[in-house]
Amino acid sequence: MTEVLEQLGYQVDFPENQTCCGQPAFNSGYRAEARTVARHFLKTFEKSECIVVPSGSCTGMITHHFAELFHKEPETLARVHSLEQRVWEFSTFLTQVAGVEDVGARLERVVTFHDGCHALRELGVKDAPRKLLARVRGLELREMTPAEECCGFGGTFAVKFSELSGAMARTKIEAIERTGAATVVSVDPSCLMQIQGALARAGSGVGTMHLAEVLASR
Amino acid sequence: MSRDHILHRVRTALGRNAGQGVADPPPARIRVPQVAMEARVASLIERVRALAGEALESADPRAFVANAIEGKTAVASNSAYLAERGISSLAGVRSGITDREELRAVCATADIGITSADYALADTGTLVMLSTPQEARMISLLPPAHIAIVPRERILTGLDELFSLIPNPANLSSSMVLITGPSRTADIEQILVRGVHGPGQITVVVA
Amino acid sequence: MTGEFDRKVHDTLVDAKLQLAVYTATARLKEKRIETVSSEALPDYQELRTQANAIKKHAIDNLDHYLEEFERNVVARGGKVVYCKDGSEVSDFVLGLARERAAHLIVKSKSMTTEEVDLNERLEHHGLESVETDLGEYILQLAHERPYHIVAPALHMTRYQVADLFERCLDVPQETVIEKQTALARTVLRQKFLAADIGISGANFLVADSGAVVIIENEGNARLTTTAPKIHIAVAGIEKVIPRAQDLATFLKLLARSATGQLLSVYTSFLAGPRRAGEIDGPDEFYVVLLDNGRTRLLPDKAKRQSLYCIRCGACLNTCPVYRKIGGHSFPWVYSGPIGAILTPQFMGVQHSPALPFASSLCGACGEVCPVKIDIPKILLELRSEVKKAETREKQNRLERLGFQGFAWLMTHPRIFEMVGRIGRSIGWPKSRRGPLGAWLSERELPPLPARSFREMWRRR
Repeated sequence: MTEVLEQLGYQVDFPENQTCCGQPAFNSGYRAEARTVARHFLKTFEKSECIVVPSGSCTGMITHHFAELFHKEPETLARVHSLEQRVWEFSTFLTQVAGVEDVGARLERVVTFHDGCHALRELGVKDAPRKLLARVRGLELREMTPAEECCGFGGTFAVKFSELSGAMARTKIEAIERTGAATVVSVDPSCLMQIQGALARAGSGVGTMHLAEVLASR
Repeated sequence: MSRDHILHRVRTALGRNAGQGVADPPPARIRVPQVAMEARVASLIERVRALAGEALESADPRAFVANAIEGKTAVASNSAYLAERGISSLAGVRSGITDREELRAVCATADIGITSADYALADTGTLVMLSTPQEARMISLLPPAHIAIVPRERILTGLDELFSLIPNPANLSSSMVLITGPSRTADIEQILVRGVHGPGQITVVVA
Repeated sequence: MTGEFDRKVHDTLVDAKLQLAVYTATARLKEKRIETVSSEALPDYQELRTQANAIKKHAIDNLDHYLEEFERNVVARGGKVVYCKDGSEVSDFVLGLARERAAHLIVKSKSMTTEEVDLNERLEHHGLESVETDLGEYILQLAHERPYHIVAPALHMTRYQVADLFERCLDVPQETVIEKQTALARTVLRQKFLAADIGISGANFLVADSGAVVIIENEGNARLTTTAPKIHIAVAGIEKVIPRAQDLATFLKLLARSATGQLLSVYTSFLAGPRRAGEIDGPDEFYVVLLDNGRTRLLPDKAKRQSLYCIRCGACLNTCPVYRKIGGHSFPWVYSGPIGAILTPQFMGVQHSPALPFASSLCGACGEVCPVKIDIPKILLELRSEVKKAETREKQNRLERLGFQGFAWLMTHPRIFEMVGRIGRSIGWPKSRRGPLGAWLSERELPPLPARSFREMWRRR
């Protein structure tokens, strides 16, 4: 992601104090613990002009759920609202803030794109990654059917309900295999981890790549 | 008394007092489109057919019905319109029944029930039937086939127009039924079967 | 409860035939819904959802007012309203009326509310015959099973199971052709309709300005239930009230499309009171039973009150990737799918079904398809927080809480976080198959650990 952004002329900073957005705790019902982590995030990125996130679910946590965590603290809430304006999911940043679709990438591959649920439904990310992929030289994108179905990760859901999560993953990889693609691309590392794990278990030769990796390919 | 107990619990939960008024509800959303009569007729027919019903225009509904009931037993409602068009007086058609038990017995054995309709809705292929001295409920319900003769002027564009004309159907009758196609179920293995309890065959004749 | 839930989920996941049945049936319903609410088919779809949500919000926020208006109008039309706190009050009322009228046979059309309170069981215990008339519900009644799906109750049964059931219960020869099975049920049930003393129905909507109940169906059994017997009793939860008949122009456009992809269900009945002078048929007596059964416990919570907006279309079930795998019988109560996951803990208390709010990947598809815009994912997250608070109070699941406290500590100590990462990468994944690692590995491979962290690469630039 850094490569792609620098290629486009941006100065990239990586605040080293960053750790996590707190989503695992929030999704598991531990709001106090999530608040602690969120506070750290706020502090770490207080001075950052523009924050780009290579994850739909993390972006969603920050822009949609931080406010819920601090609804009883007006001062922190104000800082959260300021933060919300400055946080961007990677593909959205490229198409809407940088205003680009062609980043000069080349990758000879047949791929399919997995819409992570948070990116899709919380952030409305659907067209941006596809516009970017369309400009990658040598790349062919095939859509899977059914589309827009959950991969089954869901955070701690994947281990709390592992058999169910596995069943959902298998349905997803069946759809992937039907496309004949060599690689699954997504903007969410957690989806990719789930899908890659299921593909490997099934002995499939299909691989996974984050959108940033594709766009950095030359 | 459960009534007072429940209402009290509701009010407490909502932070409201007994007898407290309410702000206006969001305005009812009624948008009546302008659609020419010919287009309405065509749409009604197309929609009924899409539901595996029979639908047609006829200048001579009496002849159509006479043909349809050939060799079958039929019961017709007391609709003035059906009487005007000579349908209720056709040979083989029982009509003029006003006793509930008698009507039920006749409907339970009849092959075909014949009615008019108060309105029809063009966009969904729907018949609108109010229970009145002229139209009993069982006629469009018990027999396995239902024929409705609908004067074209009664074809409305859709639900919005219906509720615009009749904002409160309870003022007109104890029963208003919207009938959209033949009775159906897919309860066993999702396989579609028609004519479960209501009529499996429906015919809309636009006159 | 968790153990039982996990067991039921497992049993469904390993049943290949059942998996196929549930998945394909819901796929069909899901596809049909998408067709009929597309921007070509229903350009106003999003506006209608917004309107439906606004009407429900207004009605629920002013529920007492609209219940009283509804009651006044029912009475004005010659009907009666009976408020019932719970299932025993409902059955007391029905039994009392049946006794007074020397009634023995009841026909019933589909009502989830009556399933909530096991009405049939209560009535049968007191010697009344109460027959379900919706084909799917009739089959389930014979089989003594619960509905599998709000709209398609016998989703899980095959024609062969139905054939066996009919052979056993109706004393007829084996018949596996579905049309013939349906015709048989039709004949049997017709006798019941025509002989019944009382018809009990549900109600999709209670219309305050008309004193009317609205019943939506495809078979015609609800029409027969509410037309043939001399007495009609409609049983509905108090939350079913809408302010005006005109609001149906909004709700009817959404309900059938969301449920099955039909433009309108075959029959929509709008019933206000017993038959009037001059009307030839219809019941002589009309009662509406308004049931609380815990709804007033949900009302105070402003954030979760929207759970009561549900119009029982089933769209959330058809779209939920979890429901489509675990089916309706995995759920502990009569409501299944995403709506069941939020209603059950609220009606029964979070301790009754603590696993339920967690049995979701939070994909958000349910909230996206709900015609009345219930924010189901948000409510699931709230319920998760409530479960954990209850566990803290009860001193349960301490290890997990400790784990997350550790997580929060680690994430606020970046140097240590980094060190833990470095150590982890050098020793590799533990060999132990216990805990979350074991759970992960039961279904998929672990991701390869990177040689260097991003931090390390960043510093080397």
